[in-house]
Amino acid sequence: MQLTDKDRAMLAGRSGEAVRTAMELLIAVAESEEAPALLDISAAHIDGGLYHGEAGLDFARDLVEGGGRVVVPTTMNVSSLDLLHPDLYRGDPGRAKAARALMEAYVAMGCAPTWTCAPYQLAARPSLGDQIAWGESNAIVFANSVLGARTARYGDFLDVCCALTGRAPATGLHTDEGRRATLRIDVEVPDRMLDDDLFYPALGHALGEVGGAEVAVITGLDRRAGEDRLKALGAAAASSGAVAMFHVTGVTPEAPTVEAATQHMTPARQLGLGVSDLIRARESLNHGEGPLGAISVGTPHFSTRELENLGRMVAGKMSKVPFYVNTSRDILREVEPTGVIAAIEAFGATIVTDTCTYITPIMGDVDGRVMTDSAKWAFYAPGNLGVGVIFAGIEACVSSAVSGRVELGEGW
Amino acid sequence: MSDEGFRALVGGSASGELLTLSAPLSLWGGLDPDTGIIIDRSHPELGQTMTGAIVSMPFGRGSSSSSSVLAEALRLGTGPAGFILDRPDSILVIGSLVANRLYGTVCPILVGRLPSGSTGRWVIDQNQVAPLPGCGSGPAV
Repeated sequence: MQLTDKDRAMLAGRSGEAVRTAMELLIAVAESEEAPALLDISAAHIDGGLYHGEAGLDFARDLVEGGGRVVVPTTMNVSSLDLLHPDLYRGDPGRAKAARALMEAYVAMGCAPTWTCAPYQLAARPSLGDQIAWGESNAIVFANSVLGARTARYGDFLDVCCALTGRAPATGLHTDEGRRATLRIDVEVPDRMLDDDLFYPALGHALGEVGGAEVAVITGLDRRAGEDRLKALGAAAASSGAVAMFHVTGVTPEAPTVEAATQHMTPARQLGLGVSDLIRARESLNHGEGPLGAISVGTPHFSTRELENLGRMVAGKMSKVPFYVNTSRDILREVEPTGVIAAIEAFGATIVTDTCTYITPIMGDVDGRVMTDSAKWAFYAPGNLGVGVIFAGIEACVSSAVSGRVELGEGW
Repeated sequence: MSDEGFRALVGGSASGELLTLSAPLSLWGGLDPDTGIIIDRSHPELGQTMTGAIVSMPFGRGSSSSSSVLAEALRLGTGPAGFILDRPDSILVIGSLVANRLYGTVCPILVGRLPSGSTGRWVIDQNQVAPLPGCGSGPAV
């Protein structure tokens, strides 16, 4: 692999022990991917602040002790704790202490304490063509697909190696060739389905199942696929599959046409998705039996628009079941003066920041199934929390909360 | 013994019972590092244990936290002996490398395809993969 003088200096330890470690690991990974060289990145997003056990903390502490400081603007993904609402945590206090130490280690390395899985909703976000190193599967797919920034799927540890060195393997999604669509998906559904929020995560779930790790180009959608809907689509696809990028013709920045997305080559595979495929995808996200026990929305973290929409929907109403809304501290700060948060709290909902209800013990023992508008939440919660799930739209979430029982309403 | 078509992403030697996953797995949300058991409710191999196994799977799916989960499982001794993947996966590679650096654990990761229907005990040694004589029922490679 081609290394620059600067790379070699870092490898020789001239920027300290932490940078040496980061460069060694980065080169080992780059070689495993047969990357010809490393390239400069302009930003990083680190997933390593979520506590999974001592290994993550041991690694972060080693880097701090080795003098590690990030050299590009670096944001932090969700953690295991809600520092703004610490009383929400119902887990083991020892684990909370370790989780806190992990968060502090990354902040000590100069990472911004953003604690959000939706860094693309922060004021400063990457743009078309920017080379970045992002962790968190939903953020990766959003950055590549919707922003047109370029990141591979960076796992925990590798993300901070990139942030400490400012370098990443010059391969895969960082290159033009790696962004070429090899799978074409023609969506053929009645036009009114494109107005339904739930259509997008269901499509994402189906995309992950058929697409695996391929870059797909999707036809048949239009501008109604706004950022919040593409966010839901990507988060679902990156959960059921290893999807790191998709194109939507006429919508995403690198796909004005199918030909642009496929770089004028014939896709290796082409398939259609119709109403029955989407119904199957939607229904496969339901899990278990039982009455409505709780509701959780905001996975990935709710945007300003999503909070405002929810605020309007719940005005003057009262939830009969525990209702959780996940968002980031930055969005909360932005929206709070408008009264939206007060309206959501008056409805009886609990605002969760810095973390998410499916990754840390916040909900406690739920008496029944949990309704969610997130395919990602529906996908992971049964394994993580041992709960049953009802996957439904935000309107159904609100009306079910008000009546205290499952109300799915009219739909497809 | 054959080295045809296999490439080491993470070097090292290991042996173990072959566990072939029929679908990609996200270790985060899919593997309980405390027990080594597959917990993804939608996965065909739900309930099977990865501990000490040579895990063959198409590729890793889903969460970027899978590297942390692999490193933690290796620290606790519940992790797999090694992986054989269809394509490179940096999320698993970095998890194995970091666990090696911190705890000296060895979890080689190879890219290549075993003959379909392979079972029994297998050995990984750098770029080479072979069924353990007398223990496996793997087809000749």
